[in-house]
Amino acid sequence: MNKLRPLNPLFRTMALTGFVFLCAQAAFAHPQKGEAVGFLTGFRHPISGLDHVLAMVAVGLWGAQLGAPAIWVLPVAFPMVMAFGGMLGLMGVPLPGTEYGIALSAILLGAAVLFEARPPLGVAAALVGVFAIFHGHAHGTELPPGQSALLYSMGFVIATGCLHALGIGIGTVHRWGWGQKLLRLAGGLVVVGGAFFMWKAVA
Amino acid sequence: MKPAAQSRLPLYAFVVFTFVMWALPAEAHLNTTGMGPFYDGLMHFLMSPEDIVPVLALALLAGLRGANYARRALFTLPIAWLLGGLAGLTAMAAKPHPFVAAFWFLLLGGLLAADAKVSLRMTTALAALLGLYHGYLNGIGLGQFDTAAIALLGLVFAIFALIAIAAAFVVRLQAHWARIAVRVAGSWIAASGLLMLGWAVRTR
Repeated sequence: MNKLRPLNPLFRTMALTGFVFLCAQAAFAHPQKGEAVGFLTGFRHPISGLDHVLAMVAVGLWGAQLGAPAIWVLPVAFPMVMAFGGMLGLMGVPLPGTEYGIALSAILLGAAVLFEARPPLGVAAALVGVFAIFHGHAHGTELPPGQSALLYSMGFVIATGCLHALGIGIGTVHRWGWGQKLLRLAGGLVVVGGAFFMWKAVA
Repeated sequence: MKPAAQSRLPLYAFVVFTFVMWALPAEAHLNTTGMGPFYDGLMHFLMSPEDIVPVLALALLAGLRGANYARRALFTLPIAWLLGGLAGLTAMAAKPHPFVAAFWFLLLGGLLAADAKVSLRMTTALAALLGLYHGYLNGIGLGQFDTAAIALLGLVFAIFALIAIAAAFVVRLQAHWARIAVRVAGSWIAASGLLMLGWAVRTR
């Protein structure tokens, strides 16, 4: 029977530090108005839309199912490519079918978790990367004016990474038999959510 | 029986949480701390994410490469920052270019995410360039104050401390997942750089 190991000191320290950062109040230190607000606005942006949340958590779940090295390659690939899509959106480069792409990402990534798909790492990274462009582009075109670009960007990327981490954290149940079934069920729910958003996009 | 350190974790978490909840708004600017120019400069750095993030990225990169790299960055970057700052104090005016800021995020974050096998010479050059550029901009910003040189010293001290802490933390990391976590931080920095680049183009 598998037994949970106690957390090692380094992991405990990192968890505590992360907790402190998440609880920190906004510091209104600089004369440029909107800096602290910029970070919070950026942080809230990816978690404000359920369609984005579903896809990003699904990336983490799939990474956890696939194990190393996908467990860290996918969450690294997604924010990088998503930021590239965001950059295109900010520059005003059009990308047709963004809403369809986002809904399709939830359907396919959820299906990958549901069926425990195990494609080669390159294929998995490419699939995640392609859809990340749609998510990033949607965010890029919706960014509000008058915010601190730096802090907005950092908040935006960190929130995305946290959603992946959430998916990976949930995905750790994969080590147990019942956890594997639970993950597949979660994948099924993501598919249903994606189908709903696809229906909304088409309607 | 639980290890003592593990059983104290909730207590530590409670104490830290209490302090965080009681935190007051930070006052970082030169005319507001009231603690003298040295601490004004120190706080200025700590409240400037556009300065902290590249320094942190370089420290993590040097730490990943090993103790020799970390030692080189530890001394090169603050010295270059000081020289750049002194040059900036005597300069007339200059405006930080958003493309350059995005470039530093992209470059250092990308190297960190890729765990690039940069040479010691390249690390030194990166530290020197980063220090000269950002120091110069800081120097211009501090130039309107009589005590700017002392503030610059405080700023350089903060940089030294940050590199020492961050690089030392990474140098001792042995676990594979912990080094991966550092690289993930690099990917986040690079991704932020990409978005900043988009912002810079949009607001041009």
